[in-house]
Amino acid sequence: MRAKTAMKPDPRLHFQAPLLETPFHPRTSAANRLNAWVPWGGYSTVLEFEDLAMEHSAIRNAATVYDLCPMVKYRVRGREAAAYLNRLTVRNVAKLQVGSVHYTIWCDDAGKIVDDGTLFRLADDDYRICCQERHLPWLLDSAHGFDVTIEEVTEEIAALSLQGPCSYAVLKAAGFDVETLKPFRIATFPVDGGELMISRTGFTGDLGYELWTSPDRALALWDRLFEAGALYGIRPIGSAALDMARTEAGFIITNLDFIPAHQAVREDRVRSPFDMSLDWMIDWEKGHFNGRRALLAEREKGSEWAFVGLDIEGNVSAEHAIIYHDKKHEVGQITAACWSPTVKRNIALAHVKRPYHAEKSGNLWVEIYAMRELQYVKLMLKARICERPFFKPARRTATPPGLF
Amino acid sequence: MPSFDAIIIGGGTNGLACAARLQKSGRKVLVLESGSAPGGGALGADFAPGYRAPGLAHLVHMLDARVETDMDLARHGLSWAATDLPSTALSATGDHLVMEGAAGERLTGSVSAEERRAWAALRTELMAFADVLAPFKELTPPRLAKGVGNDVWQLGKLGLKTRMMGKDRFREFLRMLLINVHDVLNDELTDPRLKGLLAHDAVLGTWLGPRSPNSLIHLLNRFAGQVAGKRASLAVPAGGMGAVAAAMAASATASGVTIRTGAAVAALIVEGDRTVGVTLASGEDLRAATIISAISPKTTFLKLLGPRHLDTGFVNRIRHMKSRGGAAKLNLALKGRPDFRGADLRSRLVIAPDEHAVELAFNAVKYGEAPDRPVMEILVPSAFEGGHAPDGHHVLSAIVQFAPCGQAVGTDAIRERYRNQTLAVLEQHAPGLADLIVGEELMLPADIEARHGMVGGNWHHGELSVEQMLFLRPVPGIAQYQGPIAGLWLAGAGCHPGGGISGAAGWNAAERIVREVRS
Ligand SMILES: Cc1cc2nc3c(=O)[nH]c(=O)nc-3n(C[C@H](O)[C@H](O)[C@H](O)COP(=O)(O)OP(=O)(O)OC[C@H]3O[C@@H](n4cnc5c(N)ncnc54)[C@H](O)[C@@H]3O)c2cc1C
Repeated sequence: MRAKTAMKPDPRLHFQAPLLETPFHPRTSAANRLNAWVPWGGYSTVLEFEDLAMEHSAIRNAATVYDLCPMVKYRVRGREAAAYLNRLTVRNVAKLQVGSVHYTIWCDDAGKIVDDGTLFRLADDDYRICCQERHLPWLLDSAHGFDVTIEEVTEEIAALSLQGPCSYAVLKAAGFDVETLKPFRIATFPVDGGELMISRTGFTGDLGYELWTSPDRALALWDRLFEAGALYGIRPIGSAALDMARTEAGFIITNLDFIPAHQAVREDRVRSPFDMSLDWMIDWEKGHFNGRRALLAEREKGSEWAFVGLDIEGNVSAEHAIIYHDKKHEVGQITAACWSPTVKRNIALAHVKRPYHAEKSGNLWVEIYAMRELQYVKLMLKARICERPFFKPARRTATPPGLF
Repeated sequence: MPSFDAIIIGGGTNGLACAARLQKSGRKVLVLESGSAPGGGALGADFAPGYRAPGLAHLVHMLDARVETDMDLARHGLSWAATDLPSTALSATGDHLVMEGAAGERLTGSVSAEERRAWAALRTELMAFADVLAPFKELTPPRLAKGVGNDVWQLGKLGLKTRMMGKDRFREFLRMLLINVHDVLNDELTDPRLKGLLAHDAVLGTWLGPRSPNSLIHLLNRFAGQVAGKRASLAVPAGGMGAVAAAMAASATASGVTIRTGAAVAALIVEGDRTVGVTLASGEDLRAATIISAISPKTTFLKLLGPRHLDTGFVNRIRHMKSRGGAAKLNLALKGRPDFRGADLRSRLVIAPDEHAVELAFNAVKYGEAPDRPVMEILVPSAFEGGHAPDGHHVLSAIVQFAPCGQAVGTDAIRERYRNQTLAVLEQHAPGLADLIVGEELMLPADIEARHGMVGGNWHHGELSVEQMLFLRPVPGIAQYQGPIAGLWLAGAGCHPGGGISGAAGWNAAERIVREVRS
């Protein structure tokens, strides 16, 4: 049965509801036992449903559902869509096949990152950009001189992320055969007179899928997954659990791990792909793209920052801590951290001034102010630069996936 | 086809000046001009059988001194039918006011002694401030970033000179750079004819009314110009404006420059993120290590190079560069001598009864309409020498403001109305003129764009307003003539110091290219 379309509110009355509800709200609100909500992109979303440890544990041991609706989505269509996206983003869009997805970033003229996101190639001349921040003016300005149309489709799509070792088994039980679907590939299924798109993508670094449908089919999709997943321990998760999982996976979040170039107020806060250690994505041979000349110059001259994974002694999470060299000189700051229940290490993601990310990384310390019963306890803990991701299970990429 | 070190797109005065300077540095230079003759805005036009008029520009007052002497224009055929031309503020009753000498050193006509004193004082001040600005015209604009190779020595000298004015004068200087001409005129003067003429001159070639902010700086810019060794002076070339184009082309050719006419550049060739050549409209490819565009920046980037070779932010800046043209060109073939109620035809004739008339003419075009009573600058080249029209006949060349530009404009009704209103104003000042007309040509800004490629029909290839001057010209980031892509340079009026029959931008660009490659 198809759920009734939620009535679109009168836009003039927006002030009465500063945060919108996603199409899954009837289900997420029913499950939100802690009533813990956070705003995300203009929507109310769940921070924690019931228990953070259980939610994180389900990501690594069972199956989880996360409401992705607030993710900003743009549709790019037209004869020159590929040429347009090649000029907009740093990766080579010509290499992205129909039915595939890639992670990418885009920069301003100065080669500073505007945002990161995933790019879906839905058909020859039809793409979808999914990202954290809103960019319609920039995308439209970038379209000058290209035969493309660009529209924001955030509200036209309802999306769920199904992640965890049992996610394949849940989909199978729900009647969706994704056995041969490889990572970063897309499949579509007819549902209730419409279509469900499933991509093997996610933000947890685990086996997982993202499911895309229309808002009027949102609740039916939720129910179908929870029915099929009951025996697999499926549960909804909030962004707190996801944040731990993504830190373990070494993934970054715009405005948490870097300030987007179009929002930074302070001149020195912007970051280049080199600064964020994302330069591996740049295709220097594909022709011009936004920021290319500035980035070439930066490649010649060298960059100021590097983005690294840290392993810190002890078990006190080091969120937003300052990093010192030799306990004396500030050389960086941590943007994401947790004690990882999965790898049992105290991990962090951090900006580190070069060359303290490599040649001079021997003597790094993290200063943590731990609040202990109304008093800060100051800790100076040894930190070691280490490989990202911290957690990379083989099940993430195995095809066919395991039926756990 | 022999190979060239540099290709210059556009054979206007700036393209030719740039070519001559570069060729002298030992480079082999090719100029590609889409028209049938080089010269751009300095060309003459045979607009009616037996009559020849200036195509666009009719007076020389901005000629770059380096261009004039180093290109040895005199040896290549340039001489003057008149220098130090007086200006007549025409009155509909015959009570004309004449300004003689540099920037109206002397006033003749019925003017009170008090007004003469007031004008002398204001003129002295304007000339002093123009003196401060003049040397900047011959310099590459400084960049705001640090360690970017500014000509620190030259800038330091000019900066020091500016500061030597003393605190009060410096403050006054800054005030004058930003103020509107209407307010200054009304603070200091009373004679409507004088105020009308000065207001007219300040907004000639701009998209500003006298009350628009920053309109005074154009008057200073005008007074900072020179011709034939004289500051703030006007000159009429012997043989018509086309003689300037011919002399510059002859000089460039004599120094070894190759000029190809009928060669419209349709696109730039980009390889390995460098411009390496051009494709002509005919499909022919021509290659050179250095490509210099002496046409409008908007056309250069949005059409010839294309946004896909540029960054989005840069394309935004170029798209937003303002380039509205309000000056129309009227050429009349007359079977007899026009009589502007006794005014000396061997002067520049200006119809701008007072500063409000200029403002009102601008008001209309703000809303896409043609003004009831346009203002204008008139030259009668045939009054200075023969050869422009059959014996006893005359040609009248007028720059008429403000003509509507943009969307609403193409309509025949607006054109018809603009023509009729212009002729009505002329008839009022020169009764019987209408009966003398045997041929005519009216070019609105849209026609000027179509024929000459000046975007929007704008005099300067992009408005020369304070926010588009110096290091903001044509847009921030490329103010030092160097394009955003390797191998590409700019040299036209869209660059510092702007347009006019001058060659300064082209010469500056060449100096910059020579210096860049040496270092
Ligand atoms: C109505 C009007 C009246 C004016 N009157 C005066 C005046 O009295 N005194 C004065 O000093 N200034 C006057 N000006 C301003 C002056 O004409 C310009 O500022 C000056 O011509 C600019 O010189 P330039 O060499 O930069 O460009 P232009 O003179 O515009 O020359 C550019 C050349 O490039 C060519 N070209 C364009 N596109 C292409 C292409 N794709 N490929 C190859 N060639 C191309 C054009 O045909 C042209 O020859 C007037 C302007 C206007 C609009």
